[in-house]
Amino acid sequence: MAGHASTLTYVAAHRARRSIEDPRWLRWLLISIALGFVGLFLVVPLAAVFVEALRKGLDAYFAAFADPDAQAAITLTLIAAGIAVPANLVFGLAAAWAIAKFEFPGKSVLTTLIDLPFAVSPVISGLVYVLLFGAQGWFGPWLMEHDIRIIFAVPGIVLATVFVTFPFVARELIPLMQAQGKDEELAALTLGASGWQTFRRVTLPNIKWALFYGVILCNARAMGEFGAVSVVSGHIRGETNTIPLHVEILYNEYQTQAAFAVASLLTLLALLTLVLKSVIEWRHARSVAAASASTTRQFATK
Amino acid sequence: MNSPATPTTSPLPLSHRAPPPGLRPAGRTHVLPGFGLTLGFALFYLSLIILLPLTAAFVKTSGMSWDGFWSAVSSTRVLASYRITFGASFLAALFNVPMGVILAWVLVRYEFPGRKIVDALVDLPFALPTAVAGIALTSIYAKTGWFGQYLEPLGIKVAYAPAGIWVALTFIGLPFVVRMVQPVLEELEPEIEEASATLGATRIQTIARVVLPGLYPAILAGFAMAFARAIGEYGSVVFISGNMPLKTEITPLLIITKLEQYDYAGATALAVVMLVVSFALLLAIQLMQRWFARSTRT
Repeated sequence: MAGHASTLTYVAAHRARRSIEDPRWLRWLLISIALGFVGLFLVVPLAAVFVEALRKGLDAYFAAFADPDAQAAITLTLIAAGIAVPANLVFGLAAAWAIAKFEFPGKSVLTTLIDLPFAVSPVISGLVYVLLFGAQGWFGPWLMEHDIRIIFAVPGIVLATVFVTFPFVARELIPLMQAQGKDEELAALTLGASGWQTFRRVTLPNIKWALFYGVILCNARAMGEFGAVSVVSGHIRGETNTIPLHVEILYNEYQTQAAFAVASLLTLLALLTLVLKSVIEWRHARSVAAASASTTRQFATK
Repeated sequence: MNSPATPTTSPLPLSHRAPPPGLRPAGRTHVLPGFGLTLGFALFYLSLIILLPLTAAFVKTSGMSWDGFWSAVSSTRVLASYRITFGASFLAALFNVPMGVILAWVLVRYEFPGRKIVDALVDLPFALPTAVAGIALTSIYAKTGWFGQYLEPLGIKVAYAPAGIWVALTFIGLPFVVRMVQPVLEELEPEIEEASATLGATRIQTIARVVLPGLYPAILAGFAMAFARAIGEYGSVVFISGNMPLKTEITPLLIITKLEQYDYAGATALAVVMLVVSFALLLAIQLMQRWFARSTRT
């Protein structure tokens, strides 16, 4: 019966579609404007990165990565993302479990607070850690006494990265897990599964694509973050420069080709992220439906 | 998925797979384990990473005298930076409104080669590091760049001028209106448009009077998000703007400049102003989305 009804709806929709088609000139005009806009603002900058990177040939391109400072920057970026992504993944799972499966007062406030880092300018995300751990900060004197460096050192970079990528995983999981409810988990528990087994065998398979989706977006941001990291880094070559900061230094020193070569690495990462994201959206539309719809919201204010 | 904007308040209708009533443990509310552990950890982590540092900014400012605070956030240079930041952000978000609506319309309603690629590309500004966007745009619009070499002889200076800030912020804000409008267009009932056509409206009239009004909440939310995102933007702008005080210096850059001059109080005072504006916008966006969810649910 349901099938019959949906066929009817489909036929009706199809017929309606035909009567509301746009005139040819309008289609042509709108497609031209849209493609022109995308071309001008997205495709041309993308092309510029690779053209500039390869301007002096492949040898010069690869030479940019042989530079020890570049390699140190790549290592530091991998370290920062390697800490920030798992940390925010664990937080995302915990927060989503508590928010989606239970009722408690202040839940909507908590959900809003998770979004907070998106509303904060990256520069301010870095600044607040300087206020805490910098020489003049709250914990500054104590840290100096114990010879611990956070600002202008790797821990500061990791903290700033954690801050700016904080909401990604949680924001993907919360709407999806809320939509899924807790009936399946309750059933598993009733049948004798332990809490951990329930999570691993019931919850995790239900959320794995949204989780993966959140992780790749979180990772892209972690590796590409510039403003927040710039404030806490101190720009010490070979020590506290991440890939984006290394790009900035090369660019400001008029080593344009090398800057774009290193930047092309981040651009490839961005393109890979977009491909994975699209594949997940097309293949697993249902399981990430809630998540993908909230993507825009997630990025609302980087 | 009829309410993309408020996934937290409106569960999606896709999983109503309730088990038979017999399986439901009656009368027990908190049988799922891990509530204390997960909520405790989430609150602890949130406080440590987000709340404590943000509090530091407000506490630091509360140590300033009112006059000191006021002069820090209202000097000529600072006021000029607000004008540039908010002005360029507003114009960029505004430009993204018609462009975003057209792009969403084309992606939802038309079939053309490369549609899926364009759809995926729309998210590029989210995925591409801002510094990369900054140097790429600068190279295009600089005097010798692909576009710059034709624009500068015409007297149009983009790189190292306010127009460059607008270009960077337009890039950064590009996905918001598209991604807000797209799901609403997908959900739109074709019958309404058909009725309008049957009643004698031309196609243009139908679009202007029937389709567009239904998109207003989504457009407004997308605009607000693009604007909020733009005012805090730093990475893409610093390369293309030229960073001239009073002319092309944005507020986030001014915060960094003050920090580099060890003017922590001044930097923090500016940060607090920006935070208050951002939080107000966040609140406005959330209220808008609630309204938006209500208006699309029916």
